[in-house]
Amino acid sequence: MDDIHRLIIDQVPHLRRYARALLRDADTADDLVQDCLSRAMGRLHLWTPGSNMRTWLFSILHNQHVNSARRLAHRPDQVDLSPDHATLQATQPEQSGRHEVRDLGRALEQLSEDQRQVVLLVGLEGLAYTEAAQVLDLPMGTVMSRLNRGRQRLREIMDQDDTPGLRRVK
Amino acid sequence: MIGSESVNQADLHAYVDGQLDPAQRLCVEAWLAEHPEEAASIHAYRLQNTRLHDIYDTVLDEAIPPELEAIVTGQTASRPGRAGIFHRSWMRLAASIVLLVTGGVGGWLLHGAPAPPTARLAASFADQAMGAHRVFVAEVKHPVEVPADQETHLVAWLSKRLGTKLRAPDLVSVGFDLIGGRLLAEGAQPAAQLMYEEADGRRITVYVRASGGASDTSFRFVSDQGVSAFYWVEQDFAYALVAPMERSQLMAIAQQAYSDLDQR
Repeated sequence: MDDIHRLIIDQVPHLRRYARALLRDADTADDLVQDCLSRAMGRLHLWTPGSNMRTWLFSILHNQHVNSARRLAHRPDQVDLSPDHATLQATQPEQSGRHEVRDLGRALEQLSEDQRQVVLLVGLEGLAYTEAAQVLDLPMGTVMSRLNRGRQRLREIMDQDDTPGLRRVK
Repeated sequence: MIGSESVNQADLHAYVDGQLDPAQRLCVEAWLAEHPEEAASIHAYRLQNTRLHDIYDTVLDEAIPPELEAIVTGQTASRPGRAGIFHRSWMRLAASIVLLVTGGVGGWLLHGAPAPPTARLAASFADQAMGAHRVFVAEVKHPVEVPADQETHLVAWLSKRLGTKLRAPDLVSVGFDLIGGRLLAEGAQPAAQLMYEEADGRRITVYVRASGGASDTSFRFVSDQGVSAFYWVEQDFAYALVAPMERSQLMAIAQQAYSDLDQR
């Protein structure tokens, strides 16, 4: 395998992780990664050797996602499939650690998509702020304010969830 | 540069995300010692990151699905989709049926599986065709450069630019009228897009360019976010038929396009 193909393959697990966290459905997420890779292979000549493969691929993934979300916008049944409902029913009453973890997944869904993207690129994928700005094609200030609002919002949701009496009946 | 007097929100997040150098980190820590509310936020944000990893890091341990790896290694030109092997063999069968229908059996079957360079060329070709489809079918005012009422001019012009005699397949029998075409660039190479419209306004496109010496191929199918394409190379041209349809529906139109082109 060429070096360039190796570089791409190395990023696939990360693209899949981000896509899964963003879309909350494994199949939809892999479809997005598939679109991203097809597109990347079709424009491999546009990649500058030595430049950042991760931001290049994440940018393509982001653009593909924006395009498909736009197309599906009038079909909310297609984007609103939350696997959490299934998990919710299938999961037995659990220890508190597991409960917190799952609640963060659900809290993420309550963020705006803009905020979720930044929170995930930075908090999960570990992108530098400049890289996240590049991937999302946004000014740095916008990235920082979305990150700040997203994290604040997540915290509020989690705090609410932890309030006795308000906790959901499982 | 931050001083312990003026720590802002961005510095706090950079602290959470480990994006500060050691000196800056010390400044923030000193500042946080005097600001318990912000320190609580920092704690909560760090916990968020940890929990994100708790939930999603399992994905990193999963084996890369073969169909994703194949796209990168170029082992297959078409995206197999979830139906996998069944789908691929179905495509071969479908291509054979087209052959029998059109009578173009000679030689074609002998080509067998194309060499990898051809396959890769074809994959990016389909990508271009689908991209052009997405861009122009949505156009209300200027979907085409030259309308179909000037078909002779359209075909002569595009033929001249492509450097080979172009033919616009007749798709009337499957319900699509030619509405016109436009010249496009695929890299430095000219390409043509012909657009057809159904009575209900649905549009499909045929994307054509010189095959550049690529050997003939059977039909290949690719589908991407609601848009599908059959593409093939025949004689001097590479063709892609692109439409917002499912395989079987598009197959009928592809058969008609192929058969019409083959008869001329």
